[in-house]
Amino acid sequence: MIPAAFDYESPASIDEALQVIAGAGDREVKVLAGGQSLIPVLRLRMNAPDLVVDLGRIAELRGVRDDGDAIAIGAMTTHDDVTREPLIRQHALLLSLAAQTVADPQVRHRGTFGGSLAHADPAADMPAPALALGAEFVIAGPSGRRTVGASDFFTDLFTTAIGEGELLVEVRVPKHTGWGAHYEKFNHVAHTWSIVGVAAAVRVEGGTIAEAKVGLTNMGLVPIRATAVEQALVGQPATADAIRAAAQNADQGTNPMSDASADEHYRRHLAKVLTGRAVLAAVG
Amino acid sequence: MGTRRISVTVDGVAYSDDVEPRTLLVHYLRERLGKTGTVVGCDTSNCGACTVHLDGRSVKSCSVLAVQVDGSDVTTIEGLAQNGELHPVQQAFHENHGLQCGYCTPGMIMQAVDLLKDNPDPSDAEIREGLEGNLCRCTGYQNIVKSVKAAAGAGSVSAGVAGGAA
Repeated sequence: MIPAAFDYESPASIDEALQVIAGAGDREVKVLAGGQSLIPVLRLRMNAPDLVVDLGRIAELRGVRDDGDAIAIGAMTTHDDVTREPLIRQHALLLSLAAQTVADPQVRHRGTFGGSLAHADPAADMPAPALALGAEFVIAGPSGRRTVGASDFFTDLFTTAIGEGELLVEVRVPKHTGWGAHYEKFNHVAHTWSIVGVAAAVRVEGGTIAEAKVGLTNMGLVPIRATAVEQALVGQPATADAIRAAAQNADQGTNPMSDASADEHYRRHLAKVLTGRAVLAAVG
Repeated sequence: MGTRRISVTVDGVAYSDDVEPRTLLVHYLRERLGKTGTVVGCDTSNCGACTVHLDGRSVKSCSVLAVQVDGSDVTTIEGLAQNGELHPVQQAFHENHGLQCGYCTPGMIMQAVDLLKDNPDPSDAEIREGLEGNLCRCTGYQNIVKSVKAAAGAGSVSAGVAGGAA
């Protein structure tokens, strides 16, 4: 299988990319990041854009920097780099651990953090950790840059706050230095999509859970923050019994799909079990 | 829709070609350069049989466009052997019956080389995880894991990686 024919541009800067997209007129544009979702989609002819704009030559979109109370991750930073980057391991361990579980090594070498977030597949692993840590999304457009909070970024199935003619350029993640973290996912066989995934970051003080952040993958059309679990955890001892009890709230406010992999009730069950495991692993 | 000119080094040889933007790297390698050692196994990005090294890291060449590798260095299974000597991972697959039917072998070997570069002494579990993106559909993974373990034990893996990909 090969994709339908398309025009191709590979701009060298963010500004040039925005100009190319703005100049596309009525032609349908697809933005190519790492291509690990888009190229299979093109190959299967599930989509046939007129113009593909490849961000792969834009150096300013790659890399991670310390930005005071946050770390700033370039949208084109690969999953493999998110896994290895010392700044992320130190200040946002949850992202590093989740990135390590994405697909398989070959996909992690090409697939990007920003590409995964912008694609917003409900079964993708990076949106829930980004949501849990309160990431801010820096979006560039013809009239400048704007920042969107995590709770406003994921708007629907495969849909985000990124508008026509805009690009996700950077993700700012507040530092969670010293927090324990774990990403627990359930799938049927190696390197397939998560049926349910749970991203947990926890700060423990003297054996008590002082703060907790929990995000859910594939429990609805968008990633969901398990706020009932977070509230139930705070002030509890960091013990297995207390954590499992709090995890019973994990499906509150969720709207899981029934599909060939699992029905809604099974997903609700998985959310509770996996939340217990994720938080328990996070408290170490 | 036209073509784009790309310059790419494949297995140590520089090429310059006009390609359609929609051309997948695996098709460029096989159909334009005749590098049929890299195979297409699934057409869905699952099987990893088409794995090559792009600037030193393993990728699935069915999920990369040829235009994306302009200016890059690609190593295929055909570039691993040096001066008529099999790469240590190739030798280990040969000695441990890691090929089985042989179809997944190019991808398995390319991914195993990448894995061993990162982790020269992996456990069985780490080997299985490292080969997560490569499917065998004829036999199973026992001899493949054994082959990678043997190659790691031989200890000469990093020395055997083709210069451009190291």
